[in-house]
Amino acid sequence: MKIGLIVRLVVLVLLVAFVVSPASFEWAFLPLTKNNQPAIYTQNTLLSLTLSHLTFVAIATVASTLVAVGLAIVVTRPFGAEFLPLSRSLANIGQTFPPVAVLALCVPILGFGAGPTLVALFLYGLLPIFENALTGLTTLPPSVNEAARGVGMTGRQRLLGVELPLATPVILAGIRLSVVISVATATIGSTVAASTLGEVIIAGLLSNNVAFVLQGGLVVGVMAVLIYDALSALERVLMARTGQRR
Amino acid sequence: MSTVAATGSPRIAVDKLGVLIALIAAVAALMPFAAFRANRIVVGISKGIFEALPLWEAVLVALALVAAILVALLRTPRLWRLFASLAMLAVLFVAIGHSASFLTPEGDRLARVSPGAGFWLAVFAFALLAADSFTRLKLAPWLRIVTLLLVAGAIALLLWSGAWNDLSILREYANRAEAFWREGQTHIALALGSLAAATVVGIPLGVVCHRVDGLRAVVLNVLNALQTIPSIALFGLLIAPLAWVAANVPGASAIGISGIGAAPAMVALFAYSLLPVVANTVVGLEGVPPAATDAARGMGMTNWQRLAKVEFPLAFPVILTGIRIVLVQNIGLATIAALIGGGGFGVFVFQGVGQTAMDLVLLGAVPTVALAFAAAVILDAIVEMVSTGARPA
Amino acid sequence: MIEIDALTKDYLDLTVVDHVSMRIDDGDIAVIVGTSGSGKTTLLRMINRLIEPTSGSVKIDGKDTRSVPAHLLRREIGYAIQGHGLFPHRTVGQNIATVPVLMGWEKPRIAARVEELLELFQLPADQFRDRLPSELSGGQQQRVGVARALAAEPKLLLMDEPFGALDPIIRAKAQADLVGIQKRFGTTIVLVTHDMEEAIHLGTRIAVMDQGKLLQYATPAEIVVKPATDFVGELLGSGDRAFRLLGLRRIGDFVEPGEASGAPVSAEQTLRDGLEEALWSGRAVLPVVDGAGKPVGRLTLATLQRLGARPQ
Repeated sequence: MKIGLIVRLVVLVLLVAFVVSPASFEWAFLPLTKNNQPAIYTQNTLLSLTLSHLTFVAIATVASTLVAVGLAIVVTRPFGAEFLPLSRSLANIGQTFPPVAVLALCVPILGFGAGPTLVALFLYGLLPIFENALTGLTTLPPSVNEAARGVGMTGRQRLLGVELPLATPVILAGIRLSVVISVATATIGSTVAASTLGEVIIAGLLSNNVAFVLQGGLVVGVMAVLIYDALSALERVLMARTGQRR
Repeated sequence: MSTVAATGSPRIAVDKLGVLIALIAAVAALMPFAAFRANRIVVGISKGIFEALPLWEAVLVALALVAAILVALLRTPRLWRLFASLAMLAVLFVAIGHSASFLTPEGDRLARVSPGAGFWLAVFAFALLAADSFTRLKLAPWLRIVTLLLVAGAIALLLWSGAWNDLSILREYANRAEAFWREGQTHIALALGSLAAATVVGIPLGVVCHRVDGLRAVVLNVLNALQTIPSIALFGLLIAPLAWVAANVPGASAIGISGIGAAPAMVALFAYSLLPVVANTVVGLEGVPPAATDAARGMGMTNWQRLAKVEFPLAFPVILTGIRIVLVQNIGLATIAALIGGGGFGVFVFQGVGQTAMDLVLLGAVPTVALAFAAAVILDAIVEMVSTGARPA
Repeated sequence: MIEIDALTKDYLDLTVVDHVSMRIDDGDIAVIVGTSGSGKTTLLRMINRLIEPTSGSVKIDGKDTRSVPAHLLRREIGYAIQGHGLFPHRTVGQNIATVPVLMGWEKPRIAARVEELLELFQLPADQFRDRLPSELSGGQQQRVGVARALAAEPKLLLMDEPFGALDPIIRAKAQADLVGIQKRFGTTIVLVTHDMEEAIHLGTRIAVMDQGKLLQYATPAEIVVKPATDFVGELLGSGDRAFRLLGLRRIGDFVEPGEASGAPVSAEQTLRDGLEEALWSGRAVLPVVDGAGKPVGRLTLATLQRLGARPQ
């Protein structure tokens, strides 16, 4: 565990160093270039691209979390129960829409740039969170539900005091999936001119420059792994806090 | 339950989902049904339903819409709802084709008519109703496949009859018919080929991971990390090593391996496919009840017999679920292959984005979504068929 | 006092509880026995309105349970279930405090009550209050479950197979604890079980249910001696009726003057214990002592034989 933590810290420090000052790492990418191609992408700074990449992901994730958890709560209450089967199959169908298609189909309505990217990330992020929130809210141990009703909690007290706290780790697992998908999908946003790290990769593909592809891919991949790791750790803490075991 | 409730109270009962659908459909009726453009890239002119169709046809569509909304709004039997929604979708589909023919001046090959927001919203509303009735009907798996085939057949008939020929997306198709089928084949070959490779490699790998404790964590972690690499980057990164292989391994280029094109796309899709297959194999094998493996041991089965006769059959539905995830995911991801010259429907999507020609985007996106949807329906049905009796879900 | 009047529950065409009427006096332990599907749990859950009856009524101390909102009613009634139903994310102390918090008790009063209950169930507060349920053994979880049900000092406690998940030794201990607590607080208890042995052991009154109907509602002795129907007899089992009957009576009530030799039995034990001791040690007469160990007389095998015979 300790070694793992040190490795993660070192990776994080390297990532930050690279993003802030990519030029200092030029030597590592130089061997990958041909015909005097530049080794480091300089059209936009990596830092600004990374920040805007993360901003997209953050905004979309917050929005999808609010909407997905809200919807899951509605369809698991008595007055929304009629919508439960439909919402399940919609979530299932929704997952068959490839992110590129979602992105491209948003362009006619929202134009190029940030709009379609945010919408695609939001829509694509909804599904894992919604599914997990449903699972979390519908698979509480029956005796716990029974007890909550038996001691005289109102519907609201059960939701806020028992159901949501117990479902939080599962919901968080959904958020984790959603964030990792978003971090990767945001790169595709650059095909519709959103300013993300995908810009670096696409520039590399267009100019046949492996160094660009690699640095864009590395930053995105490492960010995804670190976020995945951090959220997994948070999830374990929450599981232990709420007295549940996997 | 809804029918029971309806017989219980003699007064007219309103369906909650029906209210939602009626609201969406009402909004849809007020929005433009179709958009007319003098050519491919100019801004469109919105046409309401009474401008987009001859009067008598518009009246018919409007009446059908009111009838369908009523069926949705009231607590009606599920089969009625299903038929009403499917009939309404058929009306909308036929009407949009007619509208295109009606709005396009005779012989004009440049004018474009595309479905408007009202059309899409109405389709969404009744697709919602159809999906809900389907879910509630709880059809047997083979019936779901039959229904899918019927719907596909109906759409094929519409396409074949030429009813949609004046729609913009089919105008784009007409200009690229040959390329469309070629890219379609590539797309399917990419998705299925990488799936086959991942199955052949992934299932044995999963079995080994299940049996060897130390290996499991390592393999799953590596595959997990692989999944986090953004697809376009992974596609790009494979260009260099594959180019090297093509240049240096004798015979490699003869079998089609090269730095750009389908090879790196295939390898990347394969890499993404491994995690679901391996992980589901492990989970499936771990889910085999210990009592069953114990009994198998007790009866004197060898390791191999135990795997083949007890563990694998019991784990099969879970493994198949992994394959379903991979297939749906690959059909979507194969779109990206176009960025590195790998072909597939993505070609039209990215060309369309490049030319701001949304009809072209649709030409790529619609078949992709349709393929993924069909794959999901069929594999879900198969998973359900093989799971019945094998284990309680 | 609880008056259940013609209580009925229908699900579509199925009647799971069929016009059940019974009266439970204050301080009683009424045990509802039946096989699975007999409607016993449904009957219990209609008392605190976890299930709403189709018809009939329940009155507690003369007040119809429908006159208050269901959740407020439930706060006044203790409820303990099989598998305890503890909230896994709340500590033992927070679990026990659930109902007092819902009822808006003041903090010091809640803390004092939690401490009192933990001590009562032999779970030292400083050790157990801040643990999570998952850190307790099965027996400890069950005790916390009962403690939570008793937290707001309910006059009525409903228990649904509360000891179902416990192994025999812990179960016997939990049953003894329950009897002790019932004596101490005077709580009225309605308990559901499928185990006739448990019913006879715990109940002051036993209600036998089958297919939604109440077959017999009587004291344990009456049930053993005069089962109302063949089904009740079957539930009792024919193998050890005499022992069941002896098991219901205290040695102290049948002592005769005189002396005997050998190890004594206690006046607090049951006649069944006495018979066992007499047979095992091969004696026809046993000395009897009281709680303090002082000799009070003797118990003869002849007495045991007479009392174990079918009453005429």
